[in-house]
Amino acid sequence: MSDARSDIFARIREALKVKAPKPHLKTDANPGKTSTVAKPWLPDGGETADASLTILAEQLAKLKAVLIRVPDKAAAAKAVAELSAAKNWKKVAFHGHELLRPIAASLPCETWEADASFDKQRLEGCDAGITTCESIVAQLGSILVSSATSGGRALSVLPHVHVVVAEASQVVPDLGEALALAKARHGDQMPSMLSFITGPSRTGDIERILVLGAHGPKELYLVLIG
Amino acid sequence: MPDSKAIFLKDATVNAADGDQRAFIRKALGGYYTNRDLQKARYRDWERARDAASLAKWSAVNDLANVLEKFTANFERNGGVVHWARDAAEARAIILKIAEDAKAKAIVKSKCMTSEEIHLNDALEKAGYGVVESDLGEFIQQLRGEAPYHFVFPCMHVKREAISELFTKHLGTAPTDSPEELTMIARRHLRQLYVDADIGITGANFLVAETGQISITENEGNARLTAALPRIHIALSGIEKVVNNLDDLSVLLPMLATAGAGQPMTCYNTLYSGPRKKGECDGPEEFHIVLLDNARTRLLSDPEQRDALHCIRCGACLNVCPIFKNIGGLAYGTTYQGPIGSVITPHLRGLKQWNHLSGASSLCGACTDACPVRIDLHHHLLHNRRNAAKESPTLFDRAFHNGFNFVIKRPWLFATGGRIFRATLPLLQKLPLPYMGAWMKTRDLPKAPSQSFRDQWKNQNV
Repeated sequence: MSDARSDIFARIREALKVKAPKPHLKTDANPGKTSTVAKPWLPDGGETADASLTILAEQLAKLKAVLIRVPDKAAAAKAVAELSAAKNWKKVAFHGHELLRPIAASLPCETWEADASFDKQRLEGCDAGITTCESIVAQLGSILVSSATSGGRALSVLPHVHVVVAEASQVVPDLGEALALAKARHGDQMPSMLSFITGPSRTGDIERILVLGAHGPKELYLVLIG
Repeated sequence: MPDSKAIFLKDATVNAADGDQRAFIRKALGGYYTNRDLQKARYRDWERARDAASLAKWSAVNDLANVLEKFTANFERNGGVVHWARDAAEARAIILKIAEDAKAKAIVKSKCMTSEEIHLNDALEKAGYGVVESDLGEFIQQLRGEAPYHFVFPCMHVKREAISELFTKHLGTAPTDSPEELTMIARRHLRQLYVDADIGITGANFLVAETGQISITENEGNARLTAALPRIHIALSGIEKVVNNLDDLSVLLPMLATAGAGQPMTCYNTLYSGPRKKGECDGPEEFHIVLLDNARTRLLSDPEQRDALHCIRCGACLNVCPIFKNIGGLAYGTTYQGPIGSVITPHLRGLKQWNHLSGASSLCGACTDACPVRIDLHHHLLHNRRNAAKESPTLFDRAFHNGFNFVIKRPWLFATGGRIFRATLPLLQKLPLPYMGAWMKTRDLPKAPSQSFRDQWKNQNV
């Protein structure tokens, strides 16, 4: 008896002996050399850094994510500390990253470097998780986190609030660029998880009415430095 | 075997007469139309984006053997284990074996239509495992003991009062009519289950050949948790989900969100490339993928309808389909409802038993217009009707077509027949016409014209 793999491949090769025509396209799908923008038919991500930041702010607002822009790292620490006090956080988990350690140290509550000793029960009991990110996609308001550079898989989704601290230079115009950047950075050693987070967790499963915080964070803050 | 056609006709008739339910579904979809149009307007050229999405899927599906080989080689290089299943029974056996080897007890699942297709939950429960659906809609349907109504919005037909009663009965919570509170009840209930589960089962929206990653799209964060906390992650996917490279996702991910739910991007789009890596602080120890054929290669062997394998399961064709909106998702009796379900089910499960779905269409083409990857849905429904008539013509098909052929080749017979018909039509109008069945229940016979069309044409003054 032949194994399932070779059987399926034999079926596929047999099936593809008859060619299917190319799809009927309404337009020329190639972007052409005239444009400097990749895929100029997708939503706009901005051609300059300023334009991208404007689009990003609009997208995040629509997604009910909160953008906090600060001039420097000290101001970022202050902003997160204020948030922590206002929301009365008791326990906060953070990714052990040089950008985040001083911020965690300034918080008026118990903090825990989650990736040093992973404990899912303890993480579930945290009010907020603070991470860095790989890049931020202006076009869609998406934040790319990874298991290698953002404190693992659970930190950005298990606590009730997710705070991302990033530099403004991490903003890229579109999804294609964010993916290309991840590929260039990691090569064939991709982190085991890369996740585009677009707004706080949500569901519309009950009567198609939007509710935030289905299983992941109810609140998402992006603290952008610079 | 139950007669799927008889059940379909009965359910469709009952549901189509339920005005309240139809109004409820229309209202639920109202917000979707608004948001979808707002998001589509942000595309600088939606039609061109559809071309690119269609081409991305076309090039992978028409080179499926090579692309799958590349995907599985890279998946294994990343430390994952690849399993192949020719059919549903093999897929179930593979997953049961993994669970047995792991001495697992509790299994948490995120939404996966392929697992509905192979009736995985039944098999796992019979083998003694606790299985919980974590997507809110799927969780509600699991408690109701009912199949998903819509493959993207599983419980869109259920009113909040019914959900509140369901939660009171099964979870012992106080009644509420707030969707937010109901969502929070499910959130609290499921949180501990993720932490305790040994195995997490997910589907996959795309398999990226270039990197060996799988891509999972979701809004709630339940798939993220399912793939983060249990020690084993199993992904179940049809073989047709492959794409060539990451760059294809920069088109497909936003379009899936916009066409499917009127969003710029679904809340979580996650790429997984193996178990927890060295230096990472969490994630599963094992990562398995089960690649399922289950008659997909049969559809692949039909070049005319091969593009139905381009489907990215956004559900846009259901949301615009007048038939779906009137008869509802459960009447189809299939894993995949609506126009795409009516096209592929006869291929996956047999044309003879499922051809009646080819008639579940007004051929208005709204589905084809809505499809982000340009599947020629309404023509495929016609193709299925033609194929069914060829494969196993009914007595009526044969009698009608032979009779029509005979008459149309003889103009004198056609003209005489017309004269007789015009003369007897007033008489027919007075008779009850039971043999015309449902057609005449809601329609009157038109008045007979005094002349045939051919005579009118001949006599016109041009």
